[in-house]
Amino acid sequence: MDTAPLTVASPEEPQETLRILIADDNDSDRLILQTIVRKEGHTVYTARDGQEAIDIFREQSPDIVLLDALMPNVDGFEAARTIKALAGDDLVPIIFLTSLRDATSLADCLAAGGLDFLSKPYNRIILQAKIKAFASMRRLHETVQRQRDEISLHNDRLIHEQEVAKQVFDNIAHPGCIDAPNIKYLLSPMAVFNGDLVLASRKPSGGMYVFLGDFTGHGLPAAIGAMPVSEIFYGMAQKGFSLQDILREINKKLKRILPVGVFCCACMYDLSFRKRSAEVWVGGLPDILVYRKKTRVIENLPSRHLPLGVVDNDRFKTETSVIPLDFGDKVFLWSDGIMEATNDRGEMFGEDRVRDVIASTPDADAIFSAIEAAVEKHAGRGEQDDDYTMVEVTMVNEEDMGEYFSDRGKSFLAGGPKDWSMTYELRPQTLREFNPLPLITHLLMEVPGLRPHSGKIYTILSELYSNALEHGVLGLQSDLKASADGFARYYLERTKKLSDLYAGSVKFHIDHHPVKDGGVLTIVVEDTGPGFDFKAREQASHKKEGYSGRGIPLIRTMCRSVRYLEPGNKVEVVFDWHVDV
Amino acid sequence: MAIWSTEASSGELTIKIQGRFDFSAHQEFRDAYEKVSEEPKGYIVDMKETTYLDSSALGMLLLLRDHAGGDNSHIEIVNCNPDVKKILTISNFEQLFTIR
Repeated sequence: MDTAPLTVASPEEPQETLRILIADDNDSDRLILQTIVRKEGHTVYTARDGQEAIDIFREQSPDIVLLDALMPNVDGFEAARTIKALAGDDLVPIIFLTSLRDATSLADCLAAGGLDFLSKPYNRIILQAKIKAFASMRRLHETVQRQRDEISLHNDRLIHEQEVAKQVFDNIAHPGCIDAPNIKYLLSPMAVFNGDLVLASRKPSGGMYVFLGDFTGHGLPAAIGAMPVSEIFYGMAQKGFSLQDILREINKKLKRILPVGVFCCACMYDLSFRKRSAEVWVGGLPDILVYRKKTRVIENLPSRHLPLGVVDNDRFKTETSVIPLDFGDKVFLWSDGIMEATNDRGEMFGEDRVRDVIASTPDADAIFSAIEAAVEKHAGRGEQDDDYTMVEVTMVNEEDMGEYFSDRGKSFLAGGPKDWSMTYELRPQTLREFNPLPLITHLLMEVPGLRPHSGKIYTILSELYSNALEHGVLGLQSDLKASADGFARYYLERTKKLSDLYAGSVKFHIDHHPVKDGGVLTIVVEDTGPGFDFKAREQASHKKEGYSGRGIPLIRTMCRSVRYLEPGNKVEVVFDWHVDV
Repeated sequence: MAIWSTEASSGELTIKIQGRFDFSAHQEFRDAYEKVSEEPKGYIVDMKETTYLDSSALGMLLLLRDHAGGDNSHIEIVNCNPDVKKILTISNFEQLFTIR
C-alpha cells in the first residue's frame, strides 16, 4: 500500500496572494478598503450589495469575504448565510465590516456566520493582521479536510483489502463441518481478524475433530497464522492423523513462522461416536466445561499446556484428557472473549456466571443461546464487532445425525483408492540403495481410513522385508543374533553383503479390497532365496530367548493370518481393519 | 499504566508494572529491559500493582524471555494478584518462568 504523507501547512508561511471579496454599499468606504487590501498584494473583487456579493462568490469562490452588515437589497447577514451554504464543507472566513457598536448587533454578525468583525473606520494594521490570521485558519481547515479525505480513502482501501483478504481466509480457514447437527457455534463474521479461529473436520475413521484457536493480537498479523493452522488441520485430519500428530505439526509450523510473542491459544477436541468418548487438549484457553445431561453436573477441563507456537516440538507436550460421554452430554469450548466480556462496572463475565446460566436453564438445548444472551446483556452491547467465540459439541448417537453424516461420511470415505493390487519387485541395485518401506506405506495411507493403522502396517512391512532381504536374498543366519556379540557381527555382515549384492530380488504383492467400514489388506513378500523350513521354525519359535525371532510372532498378534508358502521363500499376511478401532 | 525498572547491585533487573499490562505498554516494557547499562544476571517482573494482563502482555513476556536467553533465561514473575495469576496459569507459563 502506498501511503502519501499527510502534510500540515505551516500557518507562518510568507505573504501569500489571496483572493478577497469586499462588499460595501458605501463607495468611499469600499474604495479605501480596496486600496489597503490591494497594497498587501491580494486580488480584490468588489460588490455593492449583498446580492452582488453572492453572485461574485458563486463565480470566483474567493478565499476571504469582507461583508458590510447593512446593505440595500440583500443585507450582509443574509448574504453571509447564503455564502456559508454555498461554501459547504469549505471554510470561507467572513469578516463583517460595521460601524455598529452595540453588543447585540455585533453578536448578530457572528450568529449569521461571520468569524469576526472589523469596525469602521478601518485600522490598517488590524486589517492586515486579521486577513493574515484568517488566511492561516483557512489553510489549517484545508489541511484538516485533506487529511480527513485521505484517511477516509485509506480506510476505504483498508476495508476493501480486508474484504478480499477475508474471502481468501474463508476459503482456506473454512469452518469445515462446523454446521453438523451436533455442533452450535458463535463466531463473529470478522473473527479471523480478531485472531479467532474455529475448525471442524470429520475423521475418516468416524468421529470428528474440533479446533478452536485464539491468536495474540488483532488484524492481519493475527489472521495470518490462521492459514497454516487451517491447512494443516484439514490436510492431516482427512488423512486420519491423530490429534497428537496434528497438534505437533501445527506447533512446529507456528513456532517456525510466528515472531516471538505471537502465539495461538487453542484447544482441540476429538469426538468418537462409537467409543462414546472424547479426547481433549487445551493450551492457554479458559477451562472447557463438560455438561452431563442426566445429572446436570458441570465438570472442568483446565488448560494443561502452553499455547501453540511458544516452544519447540522437543518441549511441546501433547498429553490429553480422555472423557467418557453419554448421549446428550455437551462440551463447551471458548476463547477468552466470553469470559472477559466486561460490564460497565468493569466486571468480567467469568465462569461463575456461565455456571449460573447453565444451572438456571433446565432445557439442555437452550443452554447455548442462554449463555450468548447473558453475555450480551452483561456487556450491554448488541453489535457484531465483538470477539465472542464459543462452540458447543453434543455427544449424539451417530444414527441420529440423519442425512448429514451418512452423506458426508460416505463421500468422505468414498474418495481415494480402495480396491486395487500391485506388484513391486526390487532388484539388486534398488535393494542396495533404497529403502522401499516409506514409499509403500505412503501408498497404503492413500486408502481412506487406513491411516490410523499405519504403525501396525509399517511394522508388518518392515519385518517381512528385512526377513526376505536378510535371510532370503543375503542368506544371513539369524542364529548369529543369539548373542550380543553376534548381533553386532550380523549387522556388519549385512552391510558388507548388501554392498556386494548383484543378484536376487524381493517382490511385494499387495492387495487391498474394501469391506463394510474397513478393508482387507493382503501382503505377500517373496524373495529369490532357497526358502527355509518354516514348519520346524514355527514349532521352535515360542521357546526362543535370544535377540531374534520376535518379528513374526509379533505380526501374528496384529493380523488375521500369517502363512508361509512352499518352499519357504514366500509369506502371506492378511490384515483386517475397521474404522474407529 | 506505568513501568519502572531498577537494577540491583546483585545484578538483577526488576521491572515493575503498574495498572493494566496490555499492548499499550509494548514500547515502555521493551525499554525497561533494553535500555540498561549492563546485561543483568536475571530478571524479576514485579506484578504487585498489575491489575490485568492480556494475551499481548503474555507475548511481551515471551519477548523478554527471548531477550534474556530463551531456555537459559532467569526470569521470575512475582507478586501476582489472583486474576493475573489465573491468566498465567491458563497459559501454563510456569513452564517457562519462575512464578512466585
